[in-house]
Amino acid sequence: MAEKVLLKGNEAFAEAAIRGGCRFYFGYPITPQSEIPEFMSRELKKRGGAFLQAESELGAINMTYGCAAAGGNVFISSSSPGISLMQEGMSFLCSAECPATILNVSRCGPGVGGIQPGQADYFQMTRGGGNGDYRIPTFAPASIQEAVDILYEAPMLADSIRNPVAVLADGMLGQMMEPVALPEPKKQIMPQDVPAYKPWALTGYDFKPDHQRAVVKSLRLQPDALEKHVEKLFEKYHRLEKELVRCETIGLDGADVVFVAFGTMSRLCKEAMEMLEAEGVRAGLIRPITIWPFPYGAFDALDFGKTKAVISTELSMGQMIDDVRIGVSGRLPVELIHRTGGMIPTSLEIVEKTKKILGALK
Amino acid sequence: MKPVFTYTKGMLPVSTSYCPGCTHGIANRIIMETLEEMGKLGDAIGVAPIGCAVLCHQFMNVDMLEAAHGRAPAVAAGIRRAQPDRLVFTYQGDGDLASIGTNEIVHAAHRGEKFSTFFINNAIYGMTGGQMAPTTLIGQKTTTCPEGRTVEQAGRPIRMSEMLSTIDGAVYVERVALDSPAHVRAAKKAVRRAFEVQEKRLGFGIVEFLSICPTNWGLTPADSITWLRDNMIPYYPLGVYKCPEGLEND
Amino acid sequence: MAKFHVEFNRDKCKGCGLCKTFCPKKLIDLTGPINSKGYVTAVIGREDECVGCASCATMCPDGAIEIFREE
Repeated sequence: MAEKVLLKGNEAFAEAAIRGGCRFYFGYPITPQSEIPEFMSRELKKRGGAFLQAESELGAINMTYGCAAAGGNVFISSSSPGISLMQEGMSFLCSAECPATILNVSRCGPGVGGIQPGQADYFQMTRGGGNGDYRIPTFAPASIQEAVDILYEAPMLADSIRNPVAVLADGMLGQMMEPVALPEPKKQIMPQDVPAYKPWALTGYDFKPDHQRAVVKSLRLQPDALEKHVEKLFEKYHRLEKELVRCETIGLDGADVVFVAFGTMSRLCKEAMEMLEAEGVRAGLIRPITIWPFPYGAFDALDFGKTKAVISTELSMGQMIDDVRIGVSGRLPVELIHRTGGMIPTSLEIVEKTKKILGALK
Repeated sequence: MKPVFTYTKGMLPVSTSYCPGCTHGIANRIIMETLEEMGKLGDAIGVAPIGCAVLCHQFMNVDMLEAAHGRAPAVAAGIRRAQPDRLVFTYQGDGDLASIGTNEIVHAAHRGEKFSTFFINNAIYGMTGGQMAPTTLIGQKTTTCPEGRTVEQAGRPIRMSEMLSTIDGAVYVERVALDSPAHVRAAKKAVRRAFEVQEKRLGFGIVEFLSICPTNWGLTPADSITWLRDNMIPYYPLGVYKCPEGLEND
Repeated sequence: MAKFHVEFNRDKCKGCGLCKTFCPKKLIDLTGPINSKGYVTAVIGREDECVGCASCATMCPDGAIEIFREE
């Protein structure tokens, strides 16, 4: 068992990505994740990689695209408004089938919003703010350790699926400190390894085994060619829907009420569940760990005889609730407990609101 | 029979999609000729823009990447980091480099990025049907300034070579024109210089090519050459704006 | 006096006329056959007067002109 170190979330995320094989970071300062570019500017050169502070997040995502297309393993991070700027690049990365690890340390919006944690980027991350049909597997950790484990696997996962992999960690996770066990660093892919590991990448055709030039692109002007390409991407996404979906479920059997929550909110819900238990209300939890693919199947295990409501619990005006409704498929009432603007509820507040919801349903 | 002039292997043996008389064809060719002469076709990675040259990756016989509009310098910076030893270049037009991409090109120059940029300035937006570019001349008529560009409405045309040459990281800045065989030969020398600056890792290099757009200027190719000479060269003077010592006379 | 042979790739020619504009001896004209794309193509008359300056090929945006010299 690896030794545990007390680390700030942002620094742990960066450390995990490096250990997972990322050699490149392109970023721009934005609260609440500026510690990540700062960490990378100190560490990457020492660990065989390169850091570049881009002129903007727009620059950063495009540097990511170029670097990934040329075989580099890239980790980038930003926060909500910066992620908005990156949407164009994410669409390009998906179409061109280039891997990258993308972290959103989310804050509250819309617009410049505030710097406190938020979960109102759910639509942006799962529906995609870029143009066209594409999907990005997105993980929503609820602890720094879970985030470290996910970010450690993300770079090689992204390589294997030739697609970006995203992590949505809210600002709370980025700024808090928890004990973390750090995994052993993986072997890095160096430029000379690229033709063997990533034969599709741009290296100059002299350096490829088949001496064939490669073009990495997303433009396909012929409709039949573009349709074929998008259908091919979706064959991949359909496969990933089955392979990557992950969630945690607690106490669904015999539950009076079931929370659906991710990230920081799920931790508050767990506390609320204990408090409700003490008052004789049995509460369960479905905690999506992947928000795309969303664990719709987990809702089939609800105790439809006993459970009175499913409550989507979010730091937003209700975005995940759309997916919760799909999962529940009308079999139970779906309610919302939410705060926004960076207001974080206490577990007591969640308990009070839950009792109110149950009272109204009688 | 001895060959005096044959088409470079650096261009794929296909018809280009450029309009008749468009000097993209000449610019593409002289860049690829240079890479062939340097023996570096298999070493190069190019970044294609959005614009008329969006399909240049179908003609240029090197590894190529399509970039989003204006982002080529950022994309090239990423490629440079992943592949530190290759020859990397961007090929961009007016909108790409002087409008949406001004931030990216300024910062690439500012950081002294070790790649070469080839900037095609034809004072108009070609692909989208002839709208005003930041480089459109005062009085020039386009579809978004149908009565002619005015200073009040759109400001004066932007001189990218002059502007970029004020940045320390831009160590090689030259403006050339494609309006005559002599100028085309000089332009090719500039391309070679840009690649040499890159090989020596001296800093950022850019060649601005004054080019014609017969289709959107509404002129024949021959008349377009005259228009370029009479109108563009006086406003956009040709010459070396910046050059590392020792490379000027190559 | 060297003899030059100027070859036009009819399929690539787009009839832009830059070769005609820049031939210093005015040997090229756009009076060739119409190609499959519908362009009236360029053709060289009096090829024996060509001095091999390659201005035409230099200015051809389409790589439609290649020039050879008889040994």
